[in-house]
Amino acid sequence: MTNKVWVYVDQFKGEALPASWEAVTAGRDLADKMGTGLTAIVIGSGVEAIANTAIQYGADEVLLADDASLEDYRANPYTAVFAKAAADAAPDVVLFPTTSRGREVAAMAAIDLNTGVLVDVTAMETEGDAILATRPVYAGKLLCKVKCATRPQLVTLRVRSFGKPELDESRTGTTTAIDAVMAEDEIATKVLDYVDAGGGVSLSDANVIVSGGRGVSSNPAEAPADLSAEDQEIWKAHEGFRLIGELATVLGGAVGASRAAVDAKYIPYAHQVGQTGKVVSPDLYIASGISGAIQHLAGMRSSKVIVAINKDADAPIFKLARYGVVGDLYDIVPALTVALKERLGK
Amino acid sequence: MKIIVFVKQVPDSAASVAVEDGKVTWGDAPLVINPWDEYAVEAALALTEAHGGDVVAISMGSEDAKEALKHSLAMGCAEAILINDPAFAGADSAAAARILAAAAQKVGDADLVIFGKQAIDSDTGVSAAMTARVLGWPAITLVAAIDALDADAKTIQAQRAMEEGRQVVSSKLPAVLSIVKDYGEPRYPSFMGIRKASKAEIPMWSAADLGITAPEAVVSWPEIMSPPAREIANEIIEGGSPEEIAATLADKIMAEKVL
Repeated sequence: MTNKVWVYVDQFKGEALPASWEAVTAGRDLADKMGTGLTAIVIGSGVEAIANTAIQYGADEVLLADDASLEDYRANPYTAVFAKAAADAAPDVVLFPTTSRGREVAAMAAIDLNTGVLVDVTAMETEGDAILATRPVYAGKLLCKVKCATRPQLVTLRVRSFGKPELDESRTGTTTAIDAVMAEDEIATKVLDYVDAGGGVSLSDANVIVSGGRGVSSNPAEAPADLSAEDQEIWKAHEGFRLIGELATVLGGAVGASRAAVDAKYIPYAHQVGQTGKVVSPDLYIASGISGAIQHLAGMRSSKVIVAINKDADAPIFKLARYGVVGDLYDIVPALTVALKERLGK
Repeated sequence: MKIIVFVKQVPDSAASVAVEDGKVTWGDAPLVINPWDEYAVEAALALTEAHGGDVVAISMGSEDAKEALKHSLAMGCAEAILINDPAFAGADSAAAARILAAAAQKVGDADLVIFGKQAIDSDTGVSAAMTARVLGWPAITLVAAIDALDADAKTIQAQRAMEEGRQVVSSKLPAVLSIVKDYGEPRYPSFMGIRKASKAEIPMWSAADLGITAPEAVVSWPEIMSPPAREIANEIIEGGSPEEIAATLADKIMAEKVL
């Protein structure tokens, strides 16, 4: 049987990213609609367990490239494996999670396979074997329908935009081993190390995000007098982000920030939500001390429930908020942490 | 060293973008260099300052798309080139990558080709990887820091910002990079730079100049639209002490069943 729908399973250190299972689930639906089977392709070293899980999430067949040279993700050897397998089997559609690796392999494979890639897709319609995909542009200020005239249609799915995956331990399927394509001496890059890896909940995967903006520096506490004015402001903001972090921890969520807060050096850029940061759509987004510049709103407007806490009743963020509190985040955030902790039984 | 930096001109990130008669409009918002590309220009300039050489800024677009190039010149790039050919209109990401790769080859002898992370209009973020693949060079995307560069041995070591943290990689040159904001603040154009940029002649390269025919676009975008308006019932929670407000808010959040 030749399966016409494929899914690329993104993994890090032998663990598939949750977004990979979202893609497998979406791929299962698509394969059923198109009357074909679903193949998952898993690339790495020591990743047999992932192959099995991919079947339980809905794959009929897994192509497994398990080789020491594929231990760390590197674009060229991973793309080479994927592109060769896809060229041999000629699927109609390949779904990727829009992770940094998924996006990159899809982009490079599009060149090898002389086809196109539909990036960061939030919805798909089908007509025969053709996909009409919807994707946000201008950070979600607009939506665009896109399609690809050639095969395979490479489609990267936005994280948290498709259905929640469900595991069925009774499912069975076949696993076929495939070989690495590049020898080590043909690969121009080496992975030397990982820094700060594995800490905290990542913004794009988070169910809950608690964000802080410029307003976190309006801390009523006195900063140490020997600091410069800029450092006093940062000192005050750090306290605010500590309170925000406590609320995020209680909710099992991630800490976000506005560009203003990042530019003012209150918090590192990795936390920035917005058009020049990360575009997120958690189930709950709590914006504290964020006025709501258009470029921030573009990055979080598709969140399911938005809560805004701001001193300024006229702040634009309140227009997007299901619930708003006009007040000082230094009063409200710690009280909310206590109240939610109690209700969640933590 | 010779470094090529690819820049794009886009509507300002503060623009209210809308669709009118199926076309994207942004009112009177200015067209600017793609904000991500400023980090790419900064990285290119910093590398040539440390290791010698020049930066060539290249953009693809219509004849009036010179703002991004002027900004790059004003920041300190030595040369700017506009790729402009009506046959390139409607290029998809892969076609654009083939055009940009041809331009990089026409410049010749580049050690690095540098992109921003993505363009804030199309938001695809695939140009660096695709162009690298066309050139047959390694891609190091999402670079947050450049730890080392050896211009003689032709090697680079960089940190990539990934989901799990930073991946430290080394690569042979030539290579293609994309740069993220962690790299560090881009410099402001200097007064002298702005004067130089305003006088600069920006050559235009057509498909014929690049020695290629326009690559066929396979991805099309039949429709662009405003997102469906969200009906949001705004409810302001007020009255009482912070603790009372927080308790009411916590009850409302729990009732949403999102936790």
